[in-house]
Amino acid sequence: MHARLIHRFLQCLFATVCLMVTLLATDLRAADDLRVMVDALGGGNFQENQKQVEALARTGDPKVVPALEALAEGDLYQRKIDGIVFIVRPAGSSFKLIDALTGEEAGEEAKAALEKIKVNNGLRRTIRAALGGLTLMSPDVAVRLQAAGTILRTPSADALEGLDAALAAETDNAVKVVLGQARAASILVSDRPADEKRAAVATVVETGGRDSLSLLSAALASADESLRPDIEAGIKKIDDQLAIWAAGQNIWYGLSLGSVLLLAAIGLAITFGVMGIINMAHGEMVMLGAYTTFVVQQVIRTSFPGLFDWSLAIALPLAFLVTGAVGLVMERAIIRFLYGRPLETLLATWGVSLILQQAVRSIFGPTNQEVGNPSWMSGAFELGGMTITWNRLWIIVFALAVFVFLLFLLKKTAMGLQMRAVTQNRRMASSMGIRTPWVDALTFALGSGIAGIAGVALSQIDNVSPNLGQGYIIDSFMVVVFGGVGNLWGTLVGAFTLGILNKFLEPYAGAVLGKILVLVLIILFIQKRPRGLFALKGRAVEA
Amino acid sequence: MITSFLAKALGRNIVIAAAILLALAALVPALNLLTAPDHALHVPTYVVSLFGKYLTYALLALALDLVWGFCGILSLGHAAFFALGGYAMGMYLMRQIGARGSYGNPLLPDFMVFLNWKELPWFWHGFDKFWFAALMAVLVPGLLAFVFGWFAFRSRVNGVYLSIITQAMTFALLLAFFRNDMGFGGNNGLTDFKDILGFNIQSNGTRSALFAASAIALALSLVITSGIVRSKYGKILIGVRDAESRTRFLGYRVEHMKLFAFVVSAMMAGVAGALYVPQVGIINPGEFEPANSIEVVIWTAVGGRGTLIGPIVGAIVVNGGKSIFTAAFPEFWLFALGGLFVLVTLFLPKGIVGTARQFVERRKEYRKAREAEAAAFAAEPQAAE
Repeated sequence: MHARLIHRFLQCLFATVCLMVTLLATDLRAADDLRVMVDALGGGNFQENQKQVEALARTGDPKVVPALEALAEGDLYQRKIDGIVFIVRPAGSSFKLIDALTGEEAGEEAKAALEKIKVNNGLRRTIRAALGGLTLMSPDVAVRLQAAGTILRTPSADALEGLDAALAAETDNAVKVVLGQARAASILVSDRPADEKRAAVATVVETGGRDSLSLLSAALASADESLRPDIEAGIKKIDDQLAIWAAGQNIWYGLSLGSVLLLAAIGLAITFGVMGIINMAHGEMVMLGAYTTFVVQQVIRTSFPGLFDWSLAIALPLAFLVTGAVGLVMERAIIRFLYGRPLETLLATWGVSLILQQAVRSIFGPTNQEVGNPSWMSGAFELGGMTITWNRLWIIVFALAVFVFLLFLLKKTAMGLQMRAVTQNRRMASSMGIRTPWVDALTFALGSGIAGIAGVALSQIDNVSPNLGQGYIIDSFMVVVFGGVGNLWGTLVGAFTLGILNKFLEPYAGAVLGKILVLVLIILFIQKRPRGLFALKGRAVEA
Repeated sequence: MITSFLAKALGRNIVIAAAILLALAALVPALNLLTAPDHALHVPTYVVSLFGKYLTYALLALALDLVWGFCGILSLGHAAFFALGGYAMGMYLMRQIGARGSYGNPLLPDFMVFLNWKELPWFWHGFDKFWFAALMAVLVPGLLAFVFGWFAFRSRVNGVYLSIITQAMTFALLLAFFRNDMGFGGNNGLTDFKDILGFNIQSNGTRSALFAASAIALALSLVITSGIVRSKYGKILIGVRDAESRTRFLGYRVEHMKLFAFVVSAMMAGVAGALYVPQVGIINPGEFEPANSIEVVIWTAVGGRGTLIGPIVGAIVVNGGKSIFTAAFPEFWLFALGGLFVLVTLFLPKGIVGTARQFVERRKEYRKAREAEAAAFAAEPQAAE
């Protein structure tokens, strides 16, 4: 009984092994067949090779793709002694051999021992069509999509047959669309009849984008009269589309710059706008916030590498606390003695800014520090014809969030009420039992803390160096003055207006001249409305 | 009699200070040129140049004091006027190089040849003549100040707003002068000067002469500003500083007063810049840095705003300190400067000279009170008798 079972088992085992061997053999034989076909490329004349390439294409096996590509590039060589065909890469005076089918390295050989397999344009065309067919028929959707995209970018009349076949067989809708676009593009460069071309122009125009534009311009040169108006209309349509997208991209850049300005200025809108303190060290608060981010990331890198994506979330409260504390100390130690003397405040805070800069320079060194982007802030995505980077998008969101938070704090909380009361009528507020010195200190600390969290965000897009703050201070003052002192909404509008204005002037005037123009415009604007866009009205102004 | 008249019109201290400056203008070059290098009283050339530079800074601080100390306009853009004057002089010095530049072009300065320019831009014409450059060094800053001040004062932009837009002005100029297309040498500015009025700019004699010129210019400006602030007009100016609205309601055209002071001040700053450039041998857009303008403010504040001697003392003390500090402890200079800003505004709002004057006046009052007391005491027994 046992013996029988064992016998049975052995039989089964034998059968399985046999089957596997057979399978392996067929596979090997298939590979052998391919190898024979590839090797046959060597030594043939152009016509024979053309047939050979078509035969290779008929196998539908993606393994032959590298060999065909190499052939088209002129990198396919035959070894003289045994007739085996290799892909070669130049390596000094000799060639490095790469197996044509497996892609494995197969040693080196002197140049003289190899013979190049020659190609002409006819053969290249055949190869391209074969390759197109091979990749377009690939079972992998991504490969098909990529192949269709490649043809769309470099259309050729030879690809049409393959495209038609692929379109007929295609099931995936996204690939179908790209295939259709590629086909239209290819028709345009072919010598198909005008009717077909007219339909193709419509499809190409629908595709849009710069590539389509250059394709149409090229087609316009060789098109016959009946087609010309269609192409010209198409070009105009794409031009218009591109102009709209370019304007959109400019607005996006402007919004992005505006959000940076808003972040830099919003703390100042509290200290300067609400309290009337000229804090020239405001930029250094931003800088301290950025350095806090740097320190947090250093600690995370060395001790808790897994938390890196959380580094900004950790840095935010810390930066707020650090810069808020610095602001508190500044207010208590210096600024409170200078209330009512704005020009002296300006000088003293400038002194503080010099000290802070030099302190940071002494501790961290004068060079830029490396602050990394968390994974969710790096990269970009396409929106129509615009490219949008994630970090810019997040900074816009963040700037608006900070704005809303501050607005809420000032308008809806007891602390905000006290702040507004003290700034509007100090003595009355004091009579009502508000501890005005305490409110002053907290307000200044709040403004400084907001500058600190702005620094966290700006560390993601700017160089973190001791001079970081200097670059923002004049811009932030401009925003606050332009928007109107004592009004958060003014700061918001001011920041985005200046940002967008700057980006729209840039293409015409250049980056530097654009900035100069904006400065001059602001100077002129202040002449016209000395108190900014949204001036405070009423008795508070006179105080 | 003349001295007593001058003393009355200008103030005794000013006359003394101007006399000291004129004496220095004669003495220092003499000690530099006429004594042997190992003589005990010999003044080395680098010291002459260094102090010549300080004197131009002092002139700049004096110019700022005229508007800030006496008119209440805190300009954070005065270095812009200084730099414009400097550029005017620099353009003259560039034209003097002639064919001796490294490209050997007789007409075009090196940087224009480098940028492939074919002809001289229109605004470079005339700068081959010294008198024209000297005129421009005064007129261009004056004109900028006039236009800027006209708009700003007319629409009553004052206080902190004015400070911020003057800062924006110098920042805009900084950006503009950094551009190569502007035709002012871009980033590198103007340098490699050879000679001035035919004299080698490096020679001891020229350096001494420049020092003397700086001292004389400073003395002259001191006399002029003193004349201004002690005149009836000067009294109104102080009225504008202390109570602008009230002065306006009294019927004075405040904006005209301010504009005049601002323009005179900008012209003085231009002269300072024109004297500064040949002594340091370079002018570049860095001079427009807003930080430079604010530094001028601190010189004035340290010396004492609202006094005319103060800015001169402040500029020399702070810059002397800077020279020593940056050589000995370069790390700490910004700490020292920053600390100076804070400490002076908190504890020495009147500056060195202002505080000293206050001290002297208090002593005087105290002595007077003591004398009065003594007199009263001496008189009392008689009354009792």
